[in-house]
Amino acid sequence: MRLPPRHAQRLAVAVLGAATALTLGILAFILASVFQKGLPHVTWRFLADEPRDMCRAGGIFPTIVGSLLLPLLAIAIALPLGAGTAVFLTEYTRETRLTRAIRFGADCLSGIPSILFGLFGFIFFVVFLGMGWSLLSGGLTLAIMILPTIIRTSEEAILSVPAAYREVSFSLGATRWETVRRVVLPNALPGIVTGVMLGIGRCIGETAAVIFTAGSSLRLPRSAFDSVRTMSVHFYILAREGLSAEMAYGTAAVLILSILIVNLAAYGLMHRFISRRAA
Amino acid sequence: MSAPARDASPAPAPAPKVRARGFSVFHGDAPSLRAVTLDIAERRILGIIGPAGSGKTTFLRALNRLNDLLPDCRTEGELLLDGQDIYRPEFDPVSLRKRAGMVFALPVPLPMSIRDNVVYGPTLSGVRRRADLDRLVEESLRAAFLWDEVKDRLATSALRLSGGQQQRLCLARVLAMKPELILLDEPCSGLDPISTARIEEALTALKAQYTIVLVTNNTKQAARVADETAFFLMGELVECGPTAGLFTVPRDPRTADYVTGRFG
Repeated sequence: MRLPPRHAQRLAVAVLGAATALTLGILAFILASVFQKGLPHVTWRFLADEPRDMCRAGGIFPTIVGSLLLPLLAIAIALPLGAGTAVFLTEYTRETRLTRAIRFGADCLSGIPSILFGLFGFIFFVVFLGMGWSLLSGGLTLAIMILPTIIRTSEEAILSVPAAYREVSFSLGATRWETVRRVVLPNALPGIVTGVMLGIGRCIGETAAVIFTAGSSLRLPRSAFDSVRTMSVHFYILAREGLSAEMAYGTAAVLILSILIVNLAAYGLMHRFISRRAA
Repeated sequence: MSAPARDASPAPAPAPKVRARGFSVFHGDAPSLRAVTLDIAERRILGIIGPAGSGKTTFLRALNRLNDLLPDCRTEGELLLDGQDIYRPEFDPVSLRKRAGMVFALPVPLPMSIRDNVVYGPTLSGVRRRADLDRLVEESLRAAFLWDEVKDRLATSALRLSGGQQQRLCLARVLAMKPELILLDEPCSGLDPISTARIEEALTALKAQYTIVLVTNNTKQAARVADETAFFLMGELVECGPTAGLFTVPRDPRTADYVTGRFG
């Protein structure tokens, strides 16, 4: 039986609308329940104090520091490596079996469960290289974990820069590198930033790989070789050990808010950059 | 002829700026340009006409080695600029492109301000002083007949200009590099008659200083502005000579058919 087009159209609108509503509804429900249970505990003291009484009281300041430093370190390592790889693959090599293999490898790597990256980081950085549970081990492990995402999004962003721009740049006497630096990268930036945001999101939310490599020390790190605990790990430990549901929800609320702030800041910066260029 | 007599005669015709000798371009195995032998006189406009696929754009892109960017592109024969073969391995294509600026069929302003578009080439060549750059911007925009329309908004995006303005900006961008050759690849194909007239006006003024090669689909345009015209067909140079002669008394029947509009 075939539906008349007019009804099919209505049905499509209904189904697609329902899918959208369901998605947004689930998101709203999660946010609402976390904020409702968590926000009342989020006070200045909660943000600025150290955990006390086996994490049942006090605040979460060291874990905020951990959640700030670890993704920053991971991005600082993964962005130059990933963007560099993407530039090399797109601008400096012709499409060959090797570049296709690298791309396929990156795609596979991004589907590997994070616990395996944690295990690798533990064996290689923590034990073999003797870095111990530390900011550095964690940062390196997370960097490897998000590298495929950064490479692929950067590559897509670079490929979306019109070929005519490159041609013009070359015709004006630019070398390949000058073309990359002055035309390709500025125009690919929004896409690269998107990759970085996805990477930061994964880092902030990551638990398994972090426990294995950065540990869960509640002391403030004094160097890259000190162990840190991130908010996600803190939440995991609080919830699993049944130490304090209030503290756990408070941590979750701060975690979500910080992801929101990071995203807003990044898109704000990007918007300013774009409008300055195309004023 | 004796030496004194030579001294008395007017300055001899300058050596051609560009000489092609049996020059071919291959993409893969297929030749897109076959054994072209052609001189381009200094400070003149050479018009290149011919139907699509005739190799005229390939020839133009050979002059600044932009064909190099394509995979599997190779050349045979010689292409001499001021007597030097630009396809010799030691010849640097980047410095060549600074001497041979190109304007493309579709105006492609880079997504940056009008000023930054004009100074793109000069800053690559190391011009840094603001006063020098400002002077270059004004000179080049004036020479491209665009200055009066944009002088108050040099900092705005070049993407906001109209198509005709964008193409004149592309010309100004080339002029700012102080090239020796200006290569134009159907620069008016997307423009209205008035914008076209302004570009042609600029080109006619510019030939006092530059050697210009103008590829065009519009035979009338070649008749209007070119001093000499070359007719390409299926990768071969059929005929090249003074424009008036080529249009009125073509030597080759294929040229006659093309310029009278019997095909193409």
